[in-house]
Amino acid sequence: MIPSSFTYKRAGSAEEALDLAAEHGDDAKFLAGGHSLLPLMKLRLAAPEVIIDLGGLRDLSYVTDQGSYVAIGALTRHHDVEHSELLGREVPLLAHAAGRVGDPQIRHRGTIGGSIAHADPASDLPAVLLALDATLVARGADGAREIGMGEFFQGLFETALEPDELLTEIRVPKPASPGAWSFQKFTQRAIDWAIVGCAVQDGRVGLVNMGGTPLRAAAVEAALAGGASPADAAAHAAEGTSAADDIRATRAYREHLARVLVARALSEANSRP
Amino acid sequence: MKVDLTVNGKDITADVEDRMLLVHFLRDVADLTATNVGCDTTSCGACTVLLDGESVKSCTVLAAQASGHQVTTVEGLAANGEMHPVQRAFHQEHGLQCGFCTPGMVMAIVSLLKENPDPTEEQVRQGLEGNLCRCTGYHNIVRAALAAASEGKVSA
Repeated sequence: MIPSSFTYKRAGSAEEALDLAAEHGDDAKFLAGGHSLLPLMKLRLAAPEVIIDLGGLRDLSYVTDQGSYVAIGALTRHHDVEHSELLGREVPLLAHAAGRVGDPQIRHRGTIGGSIAHADPASDLPAVLLALDATLVARGADGAREIGMGEFFQGLFETALEPDELLTEIRVPKPASPGAWSFQKFTQRAIDWAIVGCAVQDGRVGLVNMGGTPLRAAAVEAALAGGASPADAAAHAAEGTSAADDIRATRAYREHLARVLVARALSEANSRP
Repeated sequence: MKVDLTVNGKDITADVEDRMLLVHFLRDVADLTATNVGCDTTSCGACTVLLDGESVKSCTVLAAQASGHQVTTVEGLAANGEMHPVQRAFHQEHGLQCGFCTPGMVMAIVSLLKENPDPTEEQVRQGLEGNLCRCTGYHNIVRAALAAASEGKVSA
């Protein structure tokens, strides 16, 4: 399978990437690691006329301690998030989940920013960053702005990013109880997208593949805040979701999985020291 | 567009379509046909090569993205007529049946051992999650990876 024709442009800096995006508008797509976009282009589900390759922007690959939060450059690869000592210590949920994305080859190429900006409801890291209550930084021609994870996902593959904006940084607040986390992912084969997944941190719950966007399990969180036991709270995991019926699973099965996985996750998060 | 890759230590400059995939560049331009196209959907790992020393699936990388970078295919592993330790281990442990997944398996293991020179069996199995063997000959492939790791320890 070969993508339909496009013009390849390699950006040498974030400024150059923004200039190219302004020049080509809706016809252009940013390419980071390419492990979400290129498969869609090969299937001809996406056919951008211009590809702006961000692979050369090594200055957007970093993990740094900013006191109350950890700053992660958008071009940081899953492999580097997985092996970051800082994240392993301060945000173990994120380091662990990055190591469960795809397979080693995919983690050598795929980036955290690419995964979020692509906004596939079946991908792992958006739900993880929802549970971590992260903040995103987007840069445009007029400067940078912050976007809360809760406002970022607007529809299937739709985000709050403007066409001429570039996601540059992910800010992850250091959890109050770094050990109070869990990541659960149910797949047919190890490398598959999750049929359903969930991430838990400090009583916040993010769901993978339970609707058109990655989402928080608000009903579970409310039950926990109201003093419900983890098992009772997890019974609400499918409330407010709109999971798909597809070749891998029915909606009813996904709802069942959400309840089971959230129960396991809450129990595991509670059991860590 | 013009691309300039270093493949198995050799500079290759070519004029290719912007949309050309790295695996097609390797097979059709560089004439290195050991790297197989299996699933073509980033699933099976048959097309695994090293990009700047790390395993990647070359069906999901553009030749343009690899321009200016180093690529190693299985043809580039042997040195001075001697097989690479991972190749030798596949031979000794009979780590293949039909052989189609083998080049990708070998490259994935070379990358795995570079990151973790002394893996447990479980770490090898996890490290090969991105490579499928449709003959299901995984046991001997895992044995080969462990044998290559232990040879590495002896010679180190």
